[in-house]
Amino acid sequence: MSTRTDIVNRRLLKKDKNVESFWANVFKQFKRNKLAVVSTYIVLAIVLACIIVPMVSPYSLEQTDTANRAQAPSRSHWLGTDNIGRDLFTRLFIGGRISLGIALAVVTLECIIGIVLGTLAGYYGGIVDGIIMRISDIFLCFPFLIICIVIVSIFSSGPATLILTLSILSWPSIARIVRAQILSLRELEYMEACEALGISDFKRMFRHLLPNVMAYIIVYATLGIAATILTETSLSFLGLGIRFPIPTWGNLIQPARELVVIQKYWWYWMPSGIAIFLTVMCCNIIGDALRDAVDPKMKR
Amino acid sequence: MRTYIIRRVAQMIPVFLGIMFILFLLLQLAPGGPSNMLMDPRMTVEQKEELAEKYGENKPFYEKFFNWIVDAAQGNFGNSITHKKPVTAVINDFIGNTFLLSSLSLLVGLLIGVPLGIVSATRQYSAVDYAATVFALIGVSLPAFFFALLLLKAFAVDLALFPIFGLADPLLRKADWLTRTLDKAHHLVLPVTVLGMTQAASFMRYTRSSMLEVIRQDYVRTARAKGLKEKVVIYKHAFRNAMIPIITLLGFSIPGLLSGALMTETIFSLPGLGKASVEAVSQRNFPLVLGINAMLSIVTLFAALIADLLYAAADPRIRYD
Repeated sequence: MSTRTDIVNRRLLKKDKNVESFWANVFKQFKRNKLAVVSTYIVLAIVLACIIVPMVSPYSLEQTDTANRAQAPSRSHWLGTDNIGRDLFTRLFIGGRISLGIALAVVTLECIIGIVLGTLAGYYGGIVDGIIMRISDIFLCFPFLIICIVIVSIFSSGPATLILTLSILSWPSIARIVRAQILSLRELEYMEACEALGISDFKRMFRHLLPNVMAYIIVYATLGIAATILTETSLSFLGLGIRFPIPTWGNLIQPARELVVIQKYWWYWMPSGIAIFLTVMCCNIIGDALRDAVDPKMKR
Repeated sequence: MRTYIIRRVAQMIPVFLGIMFILFLLLQLAPGGPSNMLMDPRMTVEQKEELAEKYGENKPFYEKFFNWIVDAAQGNFGNSITHKKPVTAVINDFIGNTFLLSSLSLLVGLLIGVPLGIVSATRQYSAVDYAATVFALIGVSLPAFFFALLLLKAFAVDLALFPIFGLADPLLRKADWLTRTLDKAHHLVLPVTVLGMTQAASFMRYTRSSMLEVIRQDYVRTARAKGLKEKVVIYKHAFRNAMIPIITLLGFSIPGLLSGALMTETIFSLPGLGKASVEAVSQRNFPLVLGINAMLSIVTLFAALIADLLYAAADPRIRYD
């Protein structure tokens, strides 16, 4: 409780030069965690590579070269070629664009739904809260994997469907975090001040309450990116998420479902797996570090 | 206590109906129904109509949903279209393997994760702690399917120590009970390792942070101050309280465990509910899809209830009246 009052006090005292703002403090704490700083640079490097490599690569996504089929990594093909001679280095980073893009879209959408519903539930309480929380119960108890299978195999398997499905299935967690925070923030004195000043409900929720929850949302979103990458790639690997011709880190590993590929062609599937692992691990490290920085009580 | 349980079970009913309603809506939106999969191009229009009629596809949506609920309440989930057997019988055939895989993995996860978390917390910042933390971080970040492929490459393909897929060697079908059990265990080693490690990693992370919080409390200092052995302090005084959040986690990890089991089954082609549901969806076998989902939802809902009850049992300060 005391930290939350501190946050509010710090925000009020922001004009005072001698008082460090909440975010400056978080940033300082975060920078102390060297592992997290290194992870941030790694994630940035991966994102940049996914943007730049396909642009400067001499090969394209579908360009085949039957003379150079199933080549091991070499100087001309850094990660070798697949069974119809496509350059796997280029495909890896185009797949990364899709996987990272989907993760970002899912987390953004999920946070928007979760924040709006969580704020409404926490602020109004009563019947609004009851209805929103019962709906979130329903979504939390959904057999996640089977619903994904149903939606993807019945409707199309395009990125839009998958983004929508994953975000609709995962908003309840963020809604619950936001609701719990709003519930306790609502009781603070500055809300009474809002009441006295006649500030509208909408402004109270989204201008005065929500900024104080933002830190928790950012922590959740960072960890959410990691979780979404894992889910999307798993589904795509099983052929239940994004399907070819659109490559993702998940379906690029699909050839490894054939035994001969596992046996002989490690460069078909290992780079994508390592890319997923590295990205997810760095996001988890950053998320943990942010949580420690935002909420010193959680410091391990 | 009894009224609490009754109230909680009563609250589950609307949630369960909500889940099934949304699923029904989805299946309704799907192009093609069960009859499409059975249709023969040589059939006449009348025959096709008859088939659609037989599976009740022409009835309005709300009527289908209502009928399903009424039947399900009486334990009748209809017939699986491809298996020509009641849905309950089909689920019965597959659930054993899924249950075996998930319970063994949960056990492995607890047996590795919890002790590792305790050791890691009691020796914070030691080499053991760093090693355990890194292990847990890798465990939650390594995609299960990629881990499975790496294990397959190393132990099943290159070293040929374990079978590559399935649950039973067809050559041993007529062998005695002991040989078949050992063969099954041999087949389960890699799948249980994959699922168990992900479980262990998350249990380790939770146990560690929960233990760290408890160890700093005053009563633990008191226990030390009165000269108790460190073992007694940790395992009798601190551990008991640190376990409370872990028990809750146990209940809430059931849905994830089941999803993981379905995924692992699909990767190792084990005959379980995962394989059954992927097939059921692609064959438009809607009664089976609904049946499996109903079962998984009920398991999930009851797991949450049991978690809450265990929570009260572990912590006498909590009373449900």
